[in-house]
Amino acid sequence: MYGLGMARGLLVTLKNMTKKPFTIQYPEERVKQHPRFRGEEFVWYEERCTGCASCAKYCPLGIIKIVTSPSESAPKEGDKYKLEVFDIELQRCMFCGLCVEACPYDCLFMGSGFEQGRYSREDMVIHVEDLRNSAKNPSTFYRPQLEQSGYDPRGGRPLSWREVGREKWDWHKREKAGLRLIETDIDSPSEESR
Amino acid sequence: MNCQLASDSIFYQNALYRFIYDTAGTLVPCSFSHVIAGLTIMLMLVNSVLLGAALVTWLERRLLGRLHNRIGPNRWGPFGLLQPIADLVKLITKEDLVPSGADRIIFTAVPLVMMVPLVLMTAVIPFAQDTMLADLNIGVLFILAVSSATTIGIFMAGWSSNNRYALFGAARSVAVLISYEVPVVISLLGVVMISGSMSLNDIVHAQSIPFLLVQPIALFVFVTGMSAELNRTPFDIAEAESEIIAGYHTEYSGIKFALIFATETGAMLVVSAVIATLFLGGWTGPLEDFLGWFWFLLKTLAIIFVFIWVRATYPRLRLDQIMALSWKFLLPLSLINLAITAVEVFLLRDASGHLSLADLWIMAAINIPMAILLILLMGGLFQKKINSLPVRTETPMVPGVPTIEVK
Amino acid sequence: MTVNVGPQHPSTHGVFRLRITFDGEEIVEVEPILGYLHRGSEKLAEERNYVQVVTLTDRMDYTSSMINNQAYCLAVEQLLGITPPKRGKYLRTLVAELQRIASHLIAVGFFIQELGAFGTPLMYSFRSRERILDLFEMLCGARVTVSYMRPGGVFADTPNDFWPALEAFLDDFAVEFEEMEHLLMENEILTARTRGVSPISPDLAINCSVSGPVLRASGVNWDWRKMSPYDAYDEMEFDIPIGRNGDNYDRFWVRMQEIKQSMRIVRQCIDIIEPGPVRIADLPLVLRPEVGVEAYGRVEASKGELAFYLVSDGGVAPYRCKVRAPSLINLTITEHLLVGWTLPDMIVSLGSVDINMGEVDR
Repeated sequence: MYGLGMARGLLVTLKNMTKKPFTIQYPEERVKQHPRFRGEEFVWYEERCTGCASCAKYCPLGIIKIVTSPSESAPKEGDKYKLEVFDIELQRCMFCGLCVEACPYDCLFMGSGFEQGRYSREDMVIHVEDLRNSAKNPSTFYRPQLEQSGYDPRGGRPLSWREVGREKWDWHKREKAGLRLIETDIDSPSEESR
Repeated sequence: MNCQLASDSIFYQNALYRFIYDTAGTLVPCSFSHVIAGLTIMLMLVNSVLLGAALVTWLERRLLGRLHNRIGPNRWGPFGLLQPIADLVKLITKEDLVPSGADRIIFTAVPLVMMVPLVLMTAVIPFAQDTMLADLNIGVLFILAVSSATTIGIFMAGWSSNNRYALFGAARSVAVLISYEVPVVISLLGVVMISGSMSLNDIVHAQSIPFLLVQPIALFVFVTGMSAELNRTPFDIAEAESEIIAGYHTEYSGIKFALIFATETGAMLVVSAVIATLFLGGWTGPLEDFLGWFWFLLKTLAIIFVFIWVRATYPRLRLDQIMALSWKFLLPLSLINLAITAVEVFLLRDASGHLSLADLWIMAAINIPMAILLILLMGGLFQKKINSLPVRTETPMVPGVPTIEVK
Repeated sequence: MTVNVGPQHPSTHGVFRLRITFDGEEIVEVEPILGYLHRGSEKLAEERNYVQVVTLTDRMDYTSSMINNQAYCLAVEQLLGITPPKRGKYLRTLVAELQRIASHLIAVGFFIQELGAFGTPLMYSFRSRERILDLFEMLCGARVTVSYMRPGGVFADTPNDFWPALEAFLDDFAVEFEEMEHLLMENEILTARTRGVSPISPDLAINCSVSGPVLRASGVNWDWRKMSPYDAYDEMEFDIPIGRNGDNYDRFWVRMQEIKQSMRIVRQCIDIIEPGPVRIADLPLVLRPEVGVEAYGRVEASKGELAFYLVSDGGVAPYRCKVRAPSLINLTITEHLLVGWTLPDMIVSLGSVDINMGEVDR
């Protein structure tokens, strides 16, 4: 029958008027992110970082700059490099998370924020000081151990470097630095903390 | 002006005019008070039309938002009521340029030419019981004539822009407007015949039941026709955003564009008021002595809602389809309506030419089923040509794959 | 009269430029000019290793990133001679079908927008697409440029709250989609505008190497998910919608029906999936295929046949990565589509072919 389709269309539009609006009024309300959200911040644990620069090598855009020097004492097996420069250019970062994927020591995580606008180009590069002072609420992207513990970065407490790793925190005592993570059973933690 | 003449004039019938005239008459001589009273009412009308146009833009954006399941503008003022003011400020601060090679005088005169007929139309609409600026006894003819005067403004805008796309857009718009005048005028003849006069006030008085029930075909044709004349979807080819010809107001910026846009919205407001008066009963309703204006406003808003609702739902028609709709669908409908109404009025009226309430109900009972039947029938005829497409038989198909076919 | 429908235009699906010669209202000659979004993706792919290229492929057809990832990962798996585990295959299929729904929602929404409906169906389809993007955020952390798949599977398993959210979405979307169908499919104005406009005969479609919904709207029932099934499509039951005349209405109808069929596939995936690994476990972080191996990984993307041709020289990066972009090949029928029709029909016809300039120009 002619006109029936048009009448049905009018009814659909009218029905939608009675539904609650789908809008979320930013900035008073914000969309709730999933814990796995790849935010625009980086969470870095200096205690876990060895200066291997896997993140810098794996970044598709090459925006991570790492300059290290060997540590003062004679480098022994398991020593870390001394990190002098660790720059991440936020203005060109596409937040793909490949650096997080590459990090073998679980020391680099994505954050959960997305409001990282700055007013000048110099501010858009984060240096090692900013990374040291970053809020330690890591996103659970590519970190299944955080997800298994049910961590929620948006509402959760900051995590310390001992609780964020896939392995126990002193796994490296038994392994050479730079190898991929494999399952080991470390029977007891050693006395000294690193 | 002689004070006695003033008291006999048609203006004196208006209560508001009388009030101001008498009050001012105590202070100044009566010729001045006539001028003061007339100017006051005229300014009130003009301001209310412009303010109404601004509020209708607000209403349209919020209603469209709700129909889209989202909130409309709500940042400026409570519920976004100051949004038209924000738009106005933005438009005023824009550069007001006249394109090179354009005819300056005509280009600048266009907003005025479009605004003046609009405001003129409000003079004959009764807002409350027997309250109107001028109770012309040719009210309907006046409205139809004056509403066509905006067409000249559109063509002036297209011509003086020195832009061939604007000219095309204006020519298309004028073609649409002219072809939709004919069914609109013919559809109103039925209403005039039933009520026996062209004065809008008399038409309202004659509506013991709203003419919506007595003349449904006329309402349908009138609403569709005015939708096209106002350049509203589904007939808004003149200002289609997704086509390269941006229409007759391409070259307008700043306050000129604001005035043209306000005219279009104001025209929608005034046309809704006219529809409410002619077909829905104007100011009639319970407690019409005091609340006549309230019922009038309510009915106008209902028609505005229908216009916005249709805009949110339907896509646009192509130009040849718009012309076909007017000449092949609306015109025969309105002619048939005229014939049927003429026959009914001739048979049912009594000696003085008056139709009683019972007669109106009889006409309604005949007209409503006739309307449904006719619209479906003619629509079916209209659509038959489009769907008869050739069916393909030889298509390379891969056997054994489950498929669904379109109907 | 020659007119330039320039790169900046509200309805040309990105930066697409056309030079059209009119005779009155009718189009006489059409010359498309491309390249405004060329970013050198194929050359950039030669500088990045095989996993980093996944992030490049996201951005080619940015409305359907998962399917781009899937095509590329298929090609790399052919190079290496590996297949992903079962759960990885099911997850890939599920996500690809969700992405197909999202991409078709954009196509349908903008198609109606160009017809002039002031964006009501656009708002409805984007409302549904928002929920799909929220699902993607649950899976991989990003909404549009997802990089979810890796050669060997997908990179992470689904979180626990994904499956209830997916079921809730499917139920709500079934209702919303039915509403959209009521609004659009029987609308007489829509059929009057789109039926019979710009028909493409099946011979013309095949000769111009058109693929995807445009080909199926002309009546040819060719779909790579049935012809050479990849991932888990050989275990799924779904129909192929085909049109009859190849006009605008048929292309629109085919897309709406494909959304329904995709919902069917997603429901089957939910029923059939079992716990297990999602990615081959002992792949090195940096992949090195053998010297001189080539691979052609092809999928049925939402816009047509998307394929990656990879040549390896033993290094960490592909020696040559060539993308067969469906939108670019579908543009071959531009002049057959537009010549002889009027200006409003041009906008609508281009919208019905559903091109994406990120894919055309790469």
